[in-house]
Amino acid sequence: MSAFSAIGDDREIEREEFTPGIEPQATWCPGCGDFSVLKALKQAMPEVGRTPEEVLTVTGIGCSSKLNSYFNSYGFHSIHGRSLPIARAAKLANPELEVIAAGGDGDGYGIGGNHFIHTARENHDMTYIVFNNEIFGLTKGQTSPTSPKGHKSKTQPHGSAKDPIRPLSLGLTAGASYIARTAAVNPNQAAEILAEAIEHDGFAHVDFLTQCPTWNKDAKSYVPYTDVQESEEYDFDITDREEAAQMMYEVESKLYEGEVLTGRFYVDEDRPSYTEEKQAIGEMPEEPLAEKYFDEDAEWKRSYDLLEHHT
Amino acid sequence: MTDNELIWRIAGGSGDGIDSTSQNFAKALMRAGLNVFTHRHYPSRIRGGHTYVEVRAKDEEVTSRGDGYNFLLSLGDSFARNPAEDAYYGNEELKPLSENLDELREGGIIVYDTGLIDEEDVAELNLEDRAAENDWHVYPINLREIAREHGRDVMRNTAGVGVTAALLGMDVSYFEELITQTMSGDIQEDNLNVLADAYERADEFEHTHDLQVPTGENEHELGLMNGSNAIAYGALDAGCRFIAGYPMTPWTEVFTIMSQHMSEFGGIAEQVEDEIAAAALALGASHTGVKAMSGSSGGGFALMSEPLGLAEMTETPIVLVEAMRAGPSTGMPTKPEQGDLEHVLYTSQGDSNRVVFAPAGVKEAYEQTRLAFEIAYDYQIPAIVVYDQKIEGELRSVPIDFFDREPDPDIGKVLSEEEIKEAAHHESGTFKRFDAEAEGGVSPRTVPGQKGGRHLTSGNETNAYGHIDEDPDNRAAQMARRMGKLDSIREELDEKESSNQAYRGPEDADYGIITWGSQQGTVFEAVDRLNENGQAVKALGVSDLMPYPEAEVTEFLESVEEAVVVEMNASGQFRGLTQKELGRFGDKLSSLLKYNGNPFEPAEIVEGFEAIVEDQPDVPGDSTTFVPAAGD
Repeated sequence: MSAFSAIGDDREIEREEFTPGIEPQATWCPGCGDFSVLKALKQAMPEVGRTPEEVLTVTGIGCSSKLNSYFNSYGFHSIHGRSLPIARAAKLANPELEVIAAGGDGDGYGIGGNHFIHTARENHDMTYIVFNNEIFGLTKGQTSPTSPKGHKSKTQPHGSAKDPIRPLSLGLTAGASYIARTAAVNPNQAAEILAEAIEHDGFAHVDFLTQCPTWNKDAKSYVPYTDVQESEEYDFDITDREEAAQMMYEVESKLYEGEVLTGRFYVDEDRPSYTEEKQAIGEMPEEPLAEKYFDEDAEWKRSYDLLEHHT
Repeated sequence: MTDNELIWRIAGGSGDGIDSTSQNFAKALMRAGLNVFTHRHYPSRIRGGHTYVEVRAKDEEVTSRGDGYNFLLSLGDSFARNPAEDAYYGNEELKPLSENLDELREGGIIVYDTGLIDEEDVAELNLEDRAAENDWHVYPINLREIAREHGRDVMRNTAGVGVTAALLGMDVSYFEELITQTMSGDIQEDNLNVLADAYERADEFEHTHDLQVPTGENEHELGLMNGSNAIAYGALDAGCRFIAGYPMTPWTEVFTIMSQHMSEFGGIAEQVEDEIAAAALALGASHTGVKAMSGSSGGGFALMSEPLGLAEMTETPIVLVEAMRAGPSTGMPTKPEQGDLEHVLYTSQGDSNRVVFAPAGVKEAYEQTRLAFEIAYDYQIPAIVVYDQKIEGELRSVPIDFFDREPDPDIGKVLSEEEIKEAAHHESGTFKRFDAEAEGGVSPRTVPGQKGGRHLTSGNETNAYGHIDEDPDNRAAQMARRMGKLDSIREELDEKESSNQAYRGPEDADYGIITWGSQQGTVFEAVDRLNENGQAVKALGVSDLMPYPEAEVTEFLESVEEAVVVEMNASGQFRGLTQKELGRFGDKLSSLLKYNGNPFEPAEIVEGFEAIVEDQPDVPGDSTTFVPAAGD
């Protein structure tokens, strides 16, 4: 018998179950794009059939990382840039959990960039939502890894000399097996994409454009937007790596020319998840490791059995 | 010469098989009934460079390297650089002979391989004169020729062992047995032939020396093990089934052993992108209900400061091990030092809230790693085991029975779903994870996936449900609860039947020596010798660094007139800690320090102590430093 009966609980799930009693109202600024992520996520959960207690949301630090303060689930609000290593270990320890990591663009593409690359490379079966507002919001408006070239801020008084990160291309190169971009102004698409990302068996990277009306007033609020899957102008195969790469390059460039392109850009259903890879080489137990500590009949091997080669 | 011990030094190039040969040599002596101890010296180079291992063997228990040594097997360096580079590097082929002579004891034996070491070069060393002066017995022999005749050049080390056995009157069957067990096919046969031939040839020499192998008999079956084995086995027996790490010398050894066994133990080992991730993964696994660890050496441990602080704040149990090496920065990667004491005690922002143990040897490493897990999980606090390259790689013979213990998979106060139903919740159903009033300061936890256990965990200061809260009363109460755990832990440790601190020497001695971690064995040997020399001195070896064993150290210091703190660093970190924790004894404590990359030898402590007692400010020996007590 599982020690985790919340997992696989088959019942009707209401969107409102995901609103916590302690902080039901998010304290983001009025007009902030983060509200849309929260709303879309709550909307996606009944779709994917997961209850609050089988979900672990791990966040970093920043406005967006307060997501799990306002989202009812097991939550781990960690430190700047480190949500992914914590999240992927949780997934290894108990693969039956639904693990969702989230944070801002500074958190994920800046300070946590190395973890982003390696978590995507390993293709853990989890979802990573990056709230991309092209700015550092919580620290009051500094230039971020996704700020456009020339972006002026208090810490870049002459405008940023750097080209921005290309997050979708980075995710693809690193090994993410589901990559999409959506925008706060497009809640229905956002909920659909999040549901797909959660259901995807591998590392799903969602770059979520979230306008910051307080610190990034220059930035467009990501309207009008185009859904590349619905537009006749764009025709590419999302399962084809090369076509996806080309499309992502265009999408990333066009964002800074004022054209907001959203949708799914890459899906690889065939790539095994990290759990499957580890289990295939015998490096991970078939039963969730976390169960073992609750199982009174579990067998525990001891080091005494290894001592022969020391004698 | 009547040495009752053998200290056999095998010297050669890195890559000449010095390590494996010395291990087999030590094992053969152990099987023959002796206690053994090894000391390694190697350069921070990928390949080549002069390296040696000492194997010390005697009938009694051995806890330290000796003073000097009495048998040199010098293989020369077959990975020496091109002779054209001699001008810069010196004659590297010769170094395994020339660089080892100073520490060879009177009456000692030298065997060197004339197949590699040029007799003309030896002539320039004045070896003959020095041998006459020191009563050394020199046996040049062409080991390469023997190796080539029966197999390949690399078997020179086996030939050297054969010669050693013949000269010391050792039973060669122990070596034959080891070759049979560890090798197969042609290699096994060739090595057996090399061994037999070398033994025979050396047996025919005219033996001018007196030194023979000591004899002994072991009461218990012994195993040859280093501290890395012990830490890894302690962790496995503590129920640790998750390890994440990144390679770094000398911590890599623990990581390797754990990674090699983790699958058969049903756990998960992960090599990840950096040490921030490594510790964060351990934290994530522990948060999810698994016993988890990570570790590194100084530089990698610096990267763990962030997740370590997060573990303190979120009260996530994790065990980290820190294998110190000489710093700062890259320092000397393969050299031991105890310079990271303050690093492990205080790194990360905010008030430090962690447990730190520094084991003194193999058995202690096993015991204290288990204890680190027990305390980490019982008290929801990070626990650190700090050690150094000395503990990491020194092999010791230890009774196998010691490890015949039950595993301990207990994860502390984690509620079952049944218990969760009875536990306190917010009216909205959120579990009360961080109860400021929790008994003993430890608030029971739940793990993701459990019904009724959902809550938030945060690196921010939080209220009882894990939601961010900066209310002054809440802050003060939560801080007091978390910090108070250290007092409860100290109390529990003090009440245990056996202390982690160790004592040596007569209780009524006037003088004391205090040390911590890996230097304990050496200090104890020095104390034995000092008492034999008529000095009334006793020693205390400390392993509990945080929470500090206040009562034990106070009692010890009150009982002596003065005490010397022996440690391997330049700033006397443990002495500073002691004064900070106890708030007195500044005028009683002086320091004997060593930080040249080599651990103390017993004689350095004996001579240093004698000089201090006799108020001679200049401690003999150019590798140790004396820092007087306050006011002196």
